[in-house]
Amino acid sequence: MNFWDYLGSRHEQLLMDAFQHASAVFQCMVVATVLGVLIGIVTYRSEWAGNLATLTTSTLLTIPSLALIGLLIPIVGLGVPPTVIALTLYGLLPIVRNAIVGLRGVDPALVDAAKGIGMSRTARLFKVELPLAWPPILTGIRVSTQMLMGIAAIAAYASGPGLGNEIFRGIGSLGSKNALNQVLAGTLGIVVLALLFDAAYVLIGRLTISRGIRV
Amino acid sequence: MSEATTTTASNAASSAPKAAARTTGATIELENLTKRYPGSSEPAVDSVNMEIKAGELVIFVGPSGCGKSTTLKMINRLIEPTSGRIRIDGEDVTDMDPVKLRRKIGYAIQSSGLFPHMTVAQNIALVPKMIGWPTAKIKDRVEEMLDLVGLDPGEFRGRYPRQLSGGQQQRVGVARALAADPPVLLMDEPFGAVDPITRDHLQDELIRLQHELHKTIVFVTHDFDEAIKLGDRIAVLRERSHIAQFDTPEAILTNPADDFVSGFVGAGAALKRLNLTRVRDVEVRDYPTVTVDDPLQEIFNKLRDGTTSELLLLDKRGRPYKWLRRGDLMRARGSLARAGTLVHDTVTRDATLRDALEAVLTESAGRVAVTGRRGEYTGVVDMETLMNSVHELLEQDRLDAIEHQHDLQDQRAEQTHRAQEGEGAGYGEDAS
Repeated sequence: MNFWDYLGSRHEQLLMDAFQHASAVFQCMVVATVLGVLIGIVTYRSEWAGNLATLTTSTLLTIPSLALIGLLIPIVGLGVPPTVIALTLYGLLPIVRNAIVGLRGVDPALVDAAKGIGMSRTARLFKVELPLAWPPILTGIRVSTQMLMGIAAIAAYASGPGLGNEIFRGIGSLGSKNALNQVLAGTLGIVVLALLFDAAYVLIGRLTISRGIRV
Repeated sequence: MSEATTTTASNAASSAPKAAARTTGATIELENLTKRYPGSSEPAVDSVNMEIKAGELVIFVGPSGCGKSTTLKMINRLIEPTSGRIRIDGEDVTDMDPVKLRRKIGYAIQSSGLFPHMTVAQNIALVPKMIGWPTAKIKDRVEEMLDLVGLDPGEFRGRYPRQLSGGQQQRVGVARALAADPPVLLMDEPFGAVDPITRDHLQDELIRLQHELHKTIVFVTHDFDEAIKLGDRIAVLRERSHIAQFDTPEAILTNPADDFVSGFVGAGAALKRLNLTRVRDVEVRDYPTVTVDDPLQEIFNKLRDGTTSELLLLDKRGRPYKWLRRGDLMRARGSLARAGTLVHDTVTRDATLRDALEAVLTESAGRVAVTGRRGEYTGVVDMETLMNSVHELLEQDRLDAIEHQHDLQDQRAEQTHRAQEGEGAGYGEDAS
């Protein structure tokens, strides 16, 4: 059975896996973005808090994903929970770091001006600082998403959802006639998803970054 | 304390009443305003006392690091004072909500401070929006403000700051600061980052604006020439924002209070003084004139009369054309077209004395013709007139300044006295 026949015969299963993969990554990205930006907002004003946040999230990233998921299984069990937790934690670093860098990079004179014309702390954050820090934050989100696409495949190890199941099944049955097809289908599926997500981010960027600061 | 407040208040009242009826500004009083940063023994701003009249344009000028910006930022409490009071229009604002306070005070800074992600219109609309104006009113106001600062609303409304030149950005910055019609406008080196020609234009604009609006403006600069050009009164500040002299530009130029001030005024104070007086303020003399339509014989007779050795020849529309000396006509064999020297330069009544001096120096015989609005002859200013008026001006300035200085010394003495009595605990160490 060649690759195309394989795709043809298993397309329902594959689409299901691809959808679950995408959905897991998407949901974890939403959570990671909200958490990451919040951590950025809370810590960027203080030198040590910001550094601590960056350090913590980058330490998390050095833990091998297989090990992290393995460690999570005894605590939260198999399936979706360890997947979501691991993905969210891994997704944090680029967002937290870019949020802090972005917010710190806003020209102090502009913050001064915002204060000077009578903007409250909240208004300053939402009308001036976040819009100006948004391009680097969006870049962080993009990088995170790319990374999570790959890491999500490991989730299958903990019986999680997604295209990782194809890959693991293929690796598990190496030598059988469909093993290569399974690994190939899972991998290419992830690449295609990653490209689709990236295209979506370009669109989001066009829609949400003000023309006045777009490069 | 209350006694001290009333005396200073009555001082202000005696000098304030000439403020124009259309004044929309408010008075600003700073009382013992002090800023002390934690960890430094010396205060950054040490007990500033100042009264700014409604509708007055006051300049804080001083070397960098003298605390002029800090003092300015304490007025809208971007920097919270350590001690002292701020009163705007008589109302103590030292403890009011700073966000509300700042919405009533316009604020313009160097390099405009426009938000790059908002259009020009959005930037200008910020404060009106925050204080809850209806949308239609905001839209009209944005147009009005753009018109006011000399930018075409249709062209500039939708632009982003990066699509504007430095000068245009600065104009929009001023428009934003004035959008909600605040009585007070604070400007922190607003023209510091633009090229000299644009700066000159912006200064002229500001003078025109202030002429229309009569706001109370506090303007910080380190450029003394800018201070002289713009200020109704100038506060020359030295380190820790101590007021070295607070007076009109004329008084500071002609009678600097001490070496620090004269050092800051720099060389050429008398020349700078010439910038502050206009030709219409000095005596413009009549000069014997003839016109090109007069018969030649009459011109001959006038020259030969002996009362004058020179005539000003006017053209058909009464504009200065040529200087004619005795003998010029002879040498030109009676031809008016060839006789005499052409008038190089004229000045209007609105020209500064410095312009007039420049013209007198370039015209050959030490006089320059003064013209009216359509270029017609109205009189002549010569070197002698200029020198006499300058001497008079300087003398008058000197007298005024001495008077002011006495007042200032009295005030200081009183302050020291109070400090010694222990009423003002905050500046006890100054008493010695």
